[in-house]
Amino acid sequence: MDFRLTEDQRALRAGIRELLAGRFDRDRMRAALDGGGDIGRELWRELGTAGLFALRLPETAGGVGLGLPESVLAFDEIGRALLPGPLAATQLAAGVVKGAAEGEAVVALAEAGRPVGHLAQADALLVLDGDRARLLTGGVLRQVAGEARPVRSLDPGTPLWRVPDLAAYDGEPLPNGARVRREGALLTAAEQLGSAARSLESAVQHAGQREQFGTPIGAFQAVKHLCAGMLVRAETARTAVYAAAVTADPVEIAGAKLLADDAAVGNARDCLQVHGGMGFTWEADVHLHLKRAWLRAGQWLTAADAQEALAADLA
Amino acid sequence: MDLAYTDEEEEFRARLREWLTSVLPGLPEKPDPGDWPGRRAYDTGWQRLLHDAGYAGLNWPADAGGRGATPTQHLIFLEETERAGAPYVGANFVGLLHAGPTIAAEGTAAQRARWLPPVLRGDEIWCQGFSEPDAGSDLASLRTRAVRDGDDYVVSGQKIWTSHAEVADWCELLVRTDPAAPKHRGISWLAMRMDAPGVTVRPLRTLAGSTEFAEMFLDEVRVPVSHRVGAENDGWRVTMVTLSFERGTAFVGEVVACRRTLDALAAEARHNGRWDDTVLRRRLGRLNAEFRALWRLTQWNVSEAQSTGGVPGTGGSVFKLRYSHARQELYEAAAEVLGAGDALDLDREWVLDRLSSLSYTIAAGTSQIQRNIVAERILGLPKGR
Ligand SMILES: Cc1cc2nc3c(=O)[nH]c(=O)nc-3n(C[C@H](O)[C@H](O)[C@H](O)COP(=O)(O)OP(=O)(O)OC[C@H]3O[C@@H](n4cnc5c(N)ncnc54)[C@H](O)[C@@H]3O)c2cc1C
Repeated sequence: MDFRLTEDQRALRAGIRELLAGRFDRDRMRAALDGGGDIGRELWRELGTAGLFALRLPETAGGVGLGLPESVLAFDEIGRALLPGPLAATQLAAGVVKGAAEGEAVVALAEAGRPVGHLAQADALLVLDGDRARLLTGGVLRQVAGEARPVRSLDPGTPLWRVPDLAAYDGEPLPNGARVRREGALLTAAEQLGSAARSLESAVQHAGQREQFGTPIGAFQAVKHLCAGMLVRAETARTAVYAAAVTADPVEIAGAKLLADDAAVGNARDCLQVHGGMGFTWEADVHLHLKRAWLRAGQWLTAADAQEALAADLA
Repeated sequence: MDLAYTDEEEEFRARLREWLTSVLPGLPEKPDPGDWPGRRAYDTGWQRLLHDAGYAGLNWPADAGGRGATPTQHLIFLEETERAGAPYVGANFVGLLHAGPTIAAEGTAAQRARWLPPVLRGDEIWCQGFSEPDAGSDLASLRTRAVRDGDDYVVSGQKIWTSHAEVADWCELLVRTDPAAPKHRGISWLAMRMDAPGVTVRPLRTLAGSTEFAEMFLDEVRVPVSHRVGAENDGWRVTMVTLSFERGTAFVGEVVACRRTLDALAAEARHNGRWDDTVLRRRLGRLNAEFRALWRLTQWNVSEAQSTGGVPGTGGSVFKLRYSHARQELYEAAAEVLGAGDALDLDREWVLDRLSSLSYTIAAGTSQIQRNIVAERILGLPKGR
């Protein structure tokens, strides 16, 4: 047993971080949000070229042939950079939806009772219904989009639409919907993790610079303890998510999603607190992380469902 | 990221499992918690069995009498012994988990030869004399004095919260050898015999009603200079080694035990109907996530330690913080499962465990102190005043 990242995994992670730093720095991130959460087709394609969506497709199918752990590391970075878009759904549909693997197509996610993100840009809609999954495309998708009403989205990076009851619309069934849901939950948990780590970094940086009472606020225990709590949350969630990526065990994935949701939301809140009044401004990024974390917490696997799955696992 | 165990590790596990199956049925009855001589005999008896089978001090270096096993094998050992319901390390805690490893790391050849084998065989029990009435979290402000007199130190002062002092043979003792030096500089780490003249132990009653720890009065106790581990006045550095072992590895096996407890709680809830309470059921589900994650965190820390030659890093503080609170939540949930009547019945094991869980956020460094450590040493935030 050696739980640490392999050399290759570290390199992959560094590569994605570099790519995102170059193509999606803070200015671009802000511009994307000001543009109403446009995912940026060009960046999407670049991610496709870099192999992000085809990461888990076998090499024989033109993919990269890597596994869940590598995907999790990539999505960790994506969460850190606050990249918008239905990335998990698109990766899961790669190989099924034409162009998804290459980053030519955007696959949005629809779950019963929840508004759909990025509908206007979607080339396909992945509909999750309990343990079933299907894909809506073409005319059916256009029909759904035509009947949808835009929602004033809490998350400026994710434009939302209320859609009609999708049960009435036929789609192409995806095999193994339960697995699609699990893997989507895990990749989303990884994004939460990256966001939690970013909030921690930002809080620590601010606490080391901002001075009050003649000393950096990070020297005050009340602030220090908030930061320590953030680290503990992030690291506990990190090991849970990484382990779930290795085992792909459904109960372990449920635990990972639960803890990663907690870490992303909790760390964003604490980061906001550490920033004081500055934290409450639109200018500071922390609210963006908090809003996205709230959004993701409701996707793929809710806390209630995760807890039920974890309870059912007990003797 | 590899969570699979190697063939060698699996073979180690299989042999250990086989051994546990063969010895556990023959163990004597567990003694009453108040029966100290009985508890000592039980704990040392178990240690003796481990020793004779080659499992004592598994993770200690071979030249300290241990087996030099990898951290992963140690992890398997803790996992399997807990899973099989084998006795807990008990009164051997200090000797095996931190005094012994400290002596192995910092002691002279003679000191290792004198003190380590009896710990491994279960012949001698150690306790920890660090805390004082006025020096708990601020451990370095300790006042117990040691004055050089020929080949001896003459030690006077008072220690407190000394776990298992009643049955210990030796004490890892922190004393001030240079009162004029800055407080972290004038400390030395001594091994003191508990039956030396001048040592008085007065048991303290815990809130659980037991006498787990004691006050210790030291009145001109003579400790040979040769019983000092590390250089004179270099005791703080040695203490950091001790504390890293205490926080780094000492609680690992308990995570497995908590997972067993959680399963037992769920079984009880299903049995008594509390399982139908959605809030409670989901709370147990959440605890399942918590203890699973703590186990993964343990594996992460062990993998890190493996790469640094077995010395636990600051990850121990992260683990200790999260674990101590999770353990308390576990027993809060237990009280809910038991229901109003049984949660007040001290004869239910969970009720006593609920009480003892209250110490986890205090002993071995309080949560507040751990947060300071995490913030300053891991996150690099400025030191407070
Ligand atoms: C069950 C049990 C077994 C023990 N066994 C042993 C043993 O075998 N040997 C031994 O030497 N000791 C032992 N201890 C002692 C233990 O290490 C101390 O109790 C602990 O370090 C806290 O010290 P204190 O009790 O003096 O509390 P204090 O230091 O007085 O702390 C009181 C409160 O103030 C807070 N506080 C103190 N300083 C700070 C600070 N800088 N910042 C923020 N908050 C602070 C603490 O977190 C705590 O909440 C044991 C304790 C328990 C409960």
